[in-house]
Amino acid sequence: MTQMSNNPSVFRFHGGLHLDDHKAESLTRPLQTASLPAELIIRISQHIGEPNIAAVKVGDQVARGQLLAESSELVSAPVHAPTSGIIRAIEERPIAHPSGNSAPCFILIPDGKDTQYVYDQGWCNTHDLQPSDLLRLIRSAGIVGLGGATFPTEAKLSRARLQPIKTLIINGAECEPYITCDDILMQTHATDVLRGVQLLQLMLQPEQTLIGIEDNKPLAIKAMQQALEASQLGATSIKSIPTLYPSGGEKQLIKLLTGHEVHSRQLSFEIGVFCQNVGTCYAITQAVDRCQPLTSRIVTVTGPGIKNPGNWVTRLGTPISHLIELAGGYSVQQPKLVMGGPMMGLNLSTDQVPVVKATNTILILDHLDQPQTQECVRCGQCAEVCPAQLLPQQLYWYSKTRQFELTEQYHLFDCIECGCCAAVCPSHIPLVQHYRFAKSEIWEQRRKTYNSDRSRKRHEFREARLLKLKQQDEEKRRLKREALAAKAAEEQKAKAADTSSTPSVDAVQAALERVKARKKAQQVEPQNTSNLTPEQQRQIDEANSRRQKINQDKS
Amino acid sequence: MLVLIAVLTLSFIAGSFGLILGYAAIRFRVEGNPIVDQVDAILPQTQCGQCGYPGCRPYAEAIANGEAPINQCPPGGNSTIVALADLLDVEVLPLNAEHGEHNEVPLVAFIDEMNCIGCTLCIQACPVDAILGSAKHMHTIIAVECTGCALCLPPCPVDCIDMIPVKQTLADWKWSPPEPLSSHTGR
Repeated sequence: MTQMSNNPSVFRFHGGLHLDDHKAESLTRPLQTASLPAELIIRISQHIGEPNIAAVKVGDQVARGQLLAESSELVSAPVHAPTSGIIRAIEERPIAHPSGNSAPCFILIPDGKDTQYVYDQGWCNTHDLQPSDLLRLIRSAGIVGLGGATFPTEAKLSRARLQPIKTLIINGAECEPYITCDDILMQTHATDVLRGVQLLQLMLQPEQTLIGIEDNKPLAIKAMQQALEASQLGATSIKSIPTLYPSGGEKQLIKLLTGHEVHSRQLSFEIGVFCQNVGTCYAITQAVDRCQPLTSRIVTVTGPGIKNPGNWVTRLGTPISHLIELAGGYSVQQPKLVMGGPMMGLNLSTDQVPVVKATNTILILDHLDQPQTQECVRCGQCAEVCPAQLLPQQLYWYSKTRQFELTEQYHLFDCIECGCCAAVCPSHIPLVQHYRFAKSEIWEQRRKTYNSDRSRKRHEFREARLLKLKQQDEEKRRLKREALAAKAAEEQKAKAADTSSTPSVDAVQAALERVKARKKAQQVEPQNTSNLTPEQQRQIDEANSRRQKINQDKS
Repeated sequence: MLVLIAVLTLSFIAGSFGLILGYAAIRFRVEGNPIVDQVDAILPQTQCGQCGYPGCRPYAEAIANGEAPINQCPPGGNSTIVALADLLDVEVLPLNAEHGEHNEVPLVAFIDEMNCIGCTLCIQACPVDAILGSAKHMHTIIAVECTGCALCLPPCPVDCIDMIPVKQTLADWKWSPPEPLSSHTGR
């Protein structure tokens, strides 16, 4: 232990808060397995990235681990059936989201048999897996970062593999109060977690691996230490870090363990560090060694508002109300539900929302009136505790007055929304809410700019296309006119060549004269009455006198 | 003598600066009016023509030349007017109601495909090529490309196009601003 707790190589990050950890409540009982609820509500997309598309229909019989939804996009993670049963519906259900809106979910009615889906040979193969096979398997098993961000692990690994990784950091800090799911995971499945670490090492070939665990989890540290000694992991050490919120933030943990800062707008890979949560390591082991896609996770149910707090291995899609029932029900009149911890968790409006891959904790608090917000007194405590070394006060002023460009200049997007500033604010200003508002306004502005740029391009393209069509039409007409003129000229030339005596300029004149002469000839009296013989003349006279006579008789 | 030297020196300096400036004016001449691009970047690019100009760029040109006031763009609404006023350093004006009303919820055109006769008139009217279809075949709107300009409505002979509000998704959901402080007058 001395090797760890007094390790001189543990550094400090700026700010942070000592909070009452409230972890003991949910650790009084060992890890339990949650029973199957009457229906599972499985969100179609449970990761950060491109949305999934359903791969099964209503009425389909599915087995545990069968693919339910996936996407072909790069940054995505499929979703699998948590148990066997029938898909009764695909419909909008309330989900854990700050908007309180709904999202499309599969409604799975378990048949109670929990039949395993049998994957083809080669989907998971425990022997001689190459890094590329592992990546493919991690993707198809639907593994995402289980620390809470739910970023698809395969996408993160593929990106990290583009440059050499010096340090692999395994995040077992679990710094937020009340949450104990990683703690109990390390206590109960330390060997499996380390197997996942080994697989990550195989893919990334790091020079060293550091497992960071806060020193308020002595049992987890002990279990991991024992498992590490039993394993053959090289260049791996467990580091006990001082309990200080938010030591589990990626940038904070990197600073703690390596002393390196990840700069603004920099990714941890760029300084040769790759961070992964212990829960994700366990999920990788489950997929690679046991052919089990990510269909369950450990959820802590705790807080002053629940009768029997504890940790449950829970199928994804289990309604939160079912977990609350397992934990003995509410112990307060007006429970306030939070998904996640008290600092960064998400307020829930109903207990009908399902457990998703991001659900580490269901926290049940007693409903308390919010203290009255007062004006900022410029005390500066927020800047002292900010682990991202920002100026929360300035960000607050600029967000409040909607000077969003200035908030960006003050690195609003480096804010990890840990809530330290709001927790120490003597005026009880909901600072994080201001920052979230500013962030979403900036995002919307960017979206609008993107859309209007697109429209502009399409409009300009259309204008250019129409102009081109018009020009092409004109060009066609011009060419035709020219061709006709050329043809006429050629004909004339040919004619001029025929009648070489007359100059070609007189050809028209000549033609006109010919026509005139012909007409003149036609106007001349018919010639059949001239040059008659006397006999013919006599016959004509006779006929004429007969005609006259008939005419007279008629009249 | 001293005066002459001073005069000569100053004339030389003035002359050489004149040459440099003259050269720079030709060498670094800016093509077109950069203000037009900046104004155009602020306009919402719906290309609806409600401002009285045939598209956003012509209106941007008119604004840049001082021919049109900045308050004729209903789709942009107040935020566009404020941004334009900021850029051009002019006073913020309320939206001119003659040109239409600003709609908070974005709209998208929707073709009732049962009634579409495939006349292609709407396709010719769409400024951003957001309608798919061909003669005597059903047409449909490419919703992500539609700017909601409603220019396709008038030419439709069977009145089968409607403007419907865009449904908000989780991706474009926004955090609401925290409640402002209650006034301190009572305390």
